[in-house]
Amino acid sequence: MPAVSKGDGMRGLAVFISDIRNCKSKEAEIKRINKELANIRSKFKGDKALDGYSKKKYVCKLLFIFLLGHDIDFGHMEAVNLLSSNKYTEKQIGYLFISVLVNSNSELIRLINNAIKNDLSSRNPTFMCLALHCIANVGSREMAEAFAGEIPRILVAGDTMDSVKQSAALCLLRLYKASPDLVLMGEWTSRVVHLLNDQHMGVVTAAISLITCLSSKNPDEFKTCVSLAVSRLSRIVSSASTDLQDYTYYFVPAPWLSCKLLRLLQCYPPPEDGAVKGRLVECLETILNKAQEPPKSKKVQHSNAKNAILFEAISLIIHYDSEPNLLVRACNQLGQFLQHRETNLRYLALESMCTLASSEFSHEAVKTHIETVINALKTERDVSVRQRAADLLYAMCDRSNAKQIVAEMLSYLETADYSIREEMVLKVAILAEKYAVDYSWYVDTILNLIRIAGDYVSEEVWYRVIQIVINRDDVQGYAAKTVFEALQAPACHENMVKVGGYILGEFGNLIAGDPRSSPLVQFNLLHSKFHLCSVPTRALLLSAYIKFINLFPETKATIQEVLRSDSQIRNSDVELQQRAVEYLKLSSIASTDVLATVLEEMPPFPERESSILAKLKKKKGPGAVTVELEDGKERGELNGGGDRGGDAAIAASNASTPSPSADLLGLRSTAPVSGTTPSAGSLLVDVFSEAGPSATSAGVNDDGFLSSAPPTVASEDPAPPLPESDELLNKFVCKNNGVLFENQLLQIGIKSEYRQNLGRMYLFYGNKTSVQFVSFNTTVSCPGELQSQLNVQTKTVEPLVEGGAQVQQVINIECLTDFIDAPLLNIKFRYGGALQNISLKLPVTINKFFQPTEMAAADFFQRWKQLSQPQQEAQKIFKASHGMDTEVLKAKLLGLGTALLENVDPNPENYVCAGVIQTKAQQVGCLLRLEPNAQAQMYRLTLRSSKDTVSQRVCDLLAEQF
Amino acid sequence: MQFMLLFSRQGKLRLQKWYVPLSDKERKKISRDLVQTILARKPKMCSFLEWRDLKIVYKRYASLYFCCAVEDQDNELITLEIIHRYVELLDKYFGSVCELDIIFNFEKAYFILDEFLLGGEAQETSKKNVLKAIEQADLLQEVRLLV
Repeated sequence: MPAVSKGDGMRGLAVFISDIRNCKSKEAEIKRINKELANIRSKFKGDKALDGYSKKKYVCKLLFIFLLGHDIDFGHMEAVNLLSSNKYTEKQIGYLFISVLVNSNSELIRLINNAIKNDLSSRNPTFMCLALHCIANVGSREMAEAFAGEIPRILVAGDTMDSVKQSAALCLLRLYKASPDLVLMGEWTSRVVHLLNDQHMGVVTAAISLITCLSSKNPDEFKTCVSLAVSRLSRIVSSASTDLQDYTYYFVPAPWLSCKLLRLLQCYPPPEDGAVKGRLVECLETILNKAQEPPKSKKVQHSNAKNAILFEAISLIIHYDSEPNLLVRACNQLGQFLQHRETNLRYLALESMCTLASSEFSHEAVKTHIETVINALKTERDVSVRQRAADLLYAMCDRSNAKQIVAEMLSYLETADYSIREEMVLKVAILAEKYAVDYSWYVDTILNLIRIAGDYVSEEVWYRVIQIVINRDDVQGYAAKTVFEALQAPACHENMVKVGGYILGEFGNLIAGDPRSSPLVQFNLLHSKFHLCSVPTRALLLSAYIKFINLFPETKATIQEVLRSDSQIRNSDVELQQRAVEYLKLSSIASTDVLATVLEEMPPFPERESSILAKLKKKKGPGAVTVELEDGKERGELNGGGDRGGDAAIAASNASTPSPSADLLGLRSTAPVSGTTPSAGSLLVDVFSEAGPSATSAGVNDDGFLSSAPPTVASEDPAPPLPESDELLNKFVCKNNGVLFENQLLQIGIKSEYRQNLGRMYLFYGNKTSVQFVSFNTTVSCPGELQSQLNVQTKTVEPLVEGGAQVQQVINIECLTDFIDAPLLNIKFRYGGALQNISLKLPVTINKFFQPTEMAAADFFQRWKQLSQPQQEAQKIFKASHGMDTEVLKAKLLGLGTALLENVDPNPENYVCAGVIQTKAQQVGCLLRLEPNAQAQMYRLTLRSSKDTVSQRVCDLLAEQF
Repeated sequence: MQFMLLFSRQGKLRLQKWYVPLSDKERKKISRDLVQTILARKPKMCSFLEWRDLKIVYKRYASLYFCCAVEDQDNELITLEIIHRYVELLDKYFGSVCELDIIFNFEKAYFILDEFLLGGEAQETSKKNVLKAIEQADLLQEVRLLV
């Protein structure tokens, strides 16, 4: 073996390196380096032409200095000169310098490219490789421009040496990654695929990285690689450990190549050809079998290489997600690793099981390992392994084990590493919410979270518990009691005070009957925390106090006393001072009735995505959150259901006079009335920070406002939409014609047609009575945001509708951009003197603007993959509310407006669809997958589109159809 | 693979190879952060960790840490063996390699790496073939080429 520094030993370099190593201090080192830099500079500038050796030596020294972390701003020209040296080592050092210290000096790039060009055409394989290495190391756009055309030729030319082919393949890969637009597919692409068959294992190893990258971007063009990869893999897997000679690594045949082959196959769905698929399944089984065989060597390298293949095979099995047998075997194998003595294997098993947990076939099998995983969470010494265990517990959690998992995660939190606490808190909060069967458990869990890890409980978490308590009246009493107890602790976290203040302020009356928690006791308890809290919490407490005055008139004097004290009314903080002044004034001038109105209990919060989930999504990439997205439905239930909450509010506002507080404190006006409030931002934040107090203050300062009678809704105003209007809307998601509405007087029929982003709707109003309708008037309006999203034009109808007659109205619709809400249709007429006022939602939904898109399986999967960001996907799992008849399902999916794609999903039970939503502003491609589970009478619906709002909306709409 | 770093127990970088375009400043920051993170870990700990959006695979050989950053879909165990194969190559070439060999012959360490990995992917996994390529290059050392 050529020993160190033979022949080309650069003595000067070795001396210099020794000098540097001998430097006692950083200063000495810098001094020595500066001296050397000055020396090299003078040599390079000197009159005497340097010989190649000296140039090489100095360039090498500069390189060394650079690698020590110092800046180098000269020597590039000398390095470029070395490139054209006729001595190999000089050339080599030149290339190394260029590779490490690229400088986008255009003049130099031209020279460098020139030298590379010469070497590429030299036909000397060693030189060609050097040049290719340099391109691969630099990978700049300029180089891609110069060589992206040439390298494919070198790669597939018949007379290219193997070593050059290897370099060319990876060089091209680097250029493709950096500048995909410059690497043009062409005749060479099909020949590249055939490199998988090359006799030289090294060539296959290098080429497959290129093929994998190209396939993942252009699966169709490269799909022939699947069968080639399978047969290559099969040959390796079945070969004896010595067959592949030097490509066998510690008795494992070609581990790198095997992994890469398995990785390449993950760019594609399972092979369609039965024989190929059979062969592949055989390979996967063999790999799983080998894991059970006794090791051929005790060396860790042997087991690592073997297990690397095993894990890659498991990834492929998970990717296919269609072979229950293999999935369960994979799960069992990973289960064994969970208890392996190698930390690395335990880590990987936990990680890999996380993905298995989301497959319906293996979810149950994963769950059987719960004790082991809990144990790992408790006993693993490495925080990164514990983190994996926590992730897996989160992924395997469902209704059956939620209580156990949440309890374990909570107890782990007490000792958890600081670096993972916040994430743990979010996860516990999400699981508790998602799987809460009884809400007292949920409330307990969140309060425990605050107790154990108060500092890590972000606002989202405690906002959420309040939202839920407000929306669920069956838990309010319990929440008040529990929070009251929690506040008894001598030192409780400020977040607990916030939750306590809010909940007692709203629902303290529910526990006031007990003398141990009488109003005054509650108040004193809260107020005992006041002085230890930050300004925002104090502000919140002040609001709780004024609510107390309303709930418990007997506390008025005490609270007014507090508000009046200098520390409040003259507080240096403007916010606190203002609240104190205003609340004091409010409590003294407003009558009980007004007070009761102003300080009425909070209305239910509109349904929206859990803010915690959003936060976790932001914190973690994809994967981490896909699991819980599946259960949108359950989450909905827990929040008291947006719809139900909304409906209740509507019913309430219809029954009595509209809530006067809505008009007084502008902040709530929209929430209860329509139930379709766009969930902008976090309402809770608004309530707590600016909007609440400032709105209150507006009311207080404007005396006239407060004293004036609550405004009544003029009867001529359009009525709020009927409670059933959402249901009526849902009936028309998958169809365009039918009866929209009917009561004893009136029937409204619909016919509609859509093309591109335009639609036309015919409404037929039928008078079912024998008496004429007078002042018949209909309006279509686009509330809020919708105004800018839809353009709706109507013609007015005749004001008289004779008994038994029908009038027609045409509505033209233009979709400007994607939208969520539906336009409102209001119909007013007088029947026998009585005003009829009906509001409905016009069934114009985003899916009406679908253009069906036919595509092949590979296309579908490629696009599916491209839309893999978490926000691009929306998913729901829900129970079938109708029969699961295939033809009915198909008809509905077609009615949705998408193309129903046959033979795409590997599982024939599933449906996949594709379509493009046409709006004036843009086109939004949309992919859909519906997976029925006849046994469980459940569906899983997944939507992916380039726009998050579209995925979500279509998913929401469609989920109501089955 | 996105990059490979070799550093000593004292935290001194001995070799750095970047397969993705990053500015000098970013490279320095990444190296500093990672060296610190890894040196803080205890010997028996797992060889893998999540770091930003990358997976870090590292292993210590005597006084040197070898550390690779790979992407989410990459295989950790095979990366660990990439490191080992590289160590084997250095060992074979230098004959019981030690940190000093890599300091004084850093250019050779780079050349060997280029024969083994290119663009962040395995180019040639046969030990014999890689060493043969290096040997051939060494033979060319003082040969004057007739171009």
